[in-house]
Amino acid sequence: MIDKFVSSVTEAVADVRDGSTVMIGGFGVGQPVHLIDALIEQGATGLTIVANNAGIGRAGLARLLELRRVRKVVCSFPRTADPVVFDELYKKGEIELELVPQGTLAERIRAGGAGVAGFYTATAYGTKLAEGKETCEFEGRHYVFERALHADVALIEAWQGDRWGNLTYKEAGRNFNPVMATAAKLTIAQVQHKVDLGSLEPNAIATPSIFVNRVVHIPYGDPK
Amino acid sequence: MGQSWKPLSRTEMAARVARDIPEGWYVNLGIGMPTLVSDHIPAGKDVIIHSENGIVGMGPQPKPDAVNPWLVNAGKQYVTLVTGGAIVHHADSFGMIRGGHIDLCVLGAFQVAENGDLANWATLDDAMPPAVGGAMDLCAGAQRLWIMTDQTTKSGEPKLVERCTYPLTGLACVSRVYTNVAVFDVSVSGFELVEAVPGLGIDELQDMTGATIRGKG
Repeated sequence: MIDKFVSSVTEAVADVRDGSTVMIGGFGVGQPVHLIDALIEQGATGLTIVANNAGIGRAGLARLLELRRVRKVVCSFPRTADPVVFDELYKKGEIELELVPQGTLAERIRAGGAGVAGFYTATAYGTKLAEGKETCEFEGRHYVFERALHADVALIEAWQGDRWGNLTYKEAGRNFNPVMATAAKLTIAQVQHKVDLGSLEPNAIATPSIFVNRVVHIPYGDPK
Repeated sequence: MGQSWKPLSRTEMAARVARDIPEGWYVNLGIGMPTLVSDHIPAGKDVIIHSENGIVGMGPQPKPDAVNPWLVNAGKQYVTLVTGGAIVHHADSFGMIRGGHIDLCVLGAFQVAENGDLANWATLDDAMPPAVGGAMDLCAGAQRLWIMTDQTTKSGEPKLVERCTYPLTGLACVSRVYTNVAVFDVSVSGFELVEAVPGLGIDELQDMTGATIRGKG
């Protein structure tokens, strides 16, 4: 019998290795905050983080950065009202940033999950973010070649999960979570609701179990 | 001696943009001033607002006692869903943008050039870490890009220029500019004046503009 539920976030992230590339879902809401805290406790270092942002305040992802456990961030928007930790590290030259347009970031992750090596996009053509990249003209329009993104681990948050790892999401909590689930060797989901296999409406399953390796039930309620 | 014309307020600018959006369009509104445009689309006129984080059919901000903490927009502010609204993931949401399904995007600007180039994501200050978000995707993918901005910076520098000096967000992507004093089409021959606030003559407007203004013709 398949049962992907593990009993704790500690167990869920126990084997994340130093030097891993870790995708972290979330966009304002839908962040796997308990899994991030577990990764902080777990101690893996030299990480590359793929996420939309680079941490807020001094908790969560920002704390992971502050502890010098992150070598590189791949993101679209490392600036917030309170991005103190990333700012400090960046100004000191102690963290590498790969800045990616948000849609290109999402598509590179989708490509990673779908076995596509790369794709041409008109986004960023002629700008600083396309410097050094291969370009091509198709039917009179210029495109930039972008490579797929893969990860060793994806940490995501979902709304409901069953023991196979079928997942649903809650409103804007969906964001990057479903695509990241497809692009990692090890996808770990924290879910608000543990439901029986068979209780989810098949068409409502946004992430089917094939993309999920571990599920941990963290019924923390609404995001603050 | 006072000037005989009065610039539009933020609200008036938003109302002016909203007037030009036809029913049925799917519209993405940038963070900041463009967000105000949705307040001026009359009830009963179906204009569907898209937000990059995966909302198709975004409604206005909720009343404080009716906040759904799971429903935020691309600016991470609480919003609502309209009846008929849908949620998709980030890759599909940007597929809608990149794939040309968004009829209109309205963004702010640091500079707009007469060839339609837009600069709105980075200044020349290298000390701050750069951040781009979805601006480049919207420039490249939306069917039309309209800009909402002041005619000049706070210090009086023109924002409509011959060539952008700030880093570009997109090339030849802007088709219309709504400022606090005028509306311009951006055509192959540059900035074409559509209208100006009452009492503002073209010579005075030209003085506030860093590129040649042409009349409609």
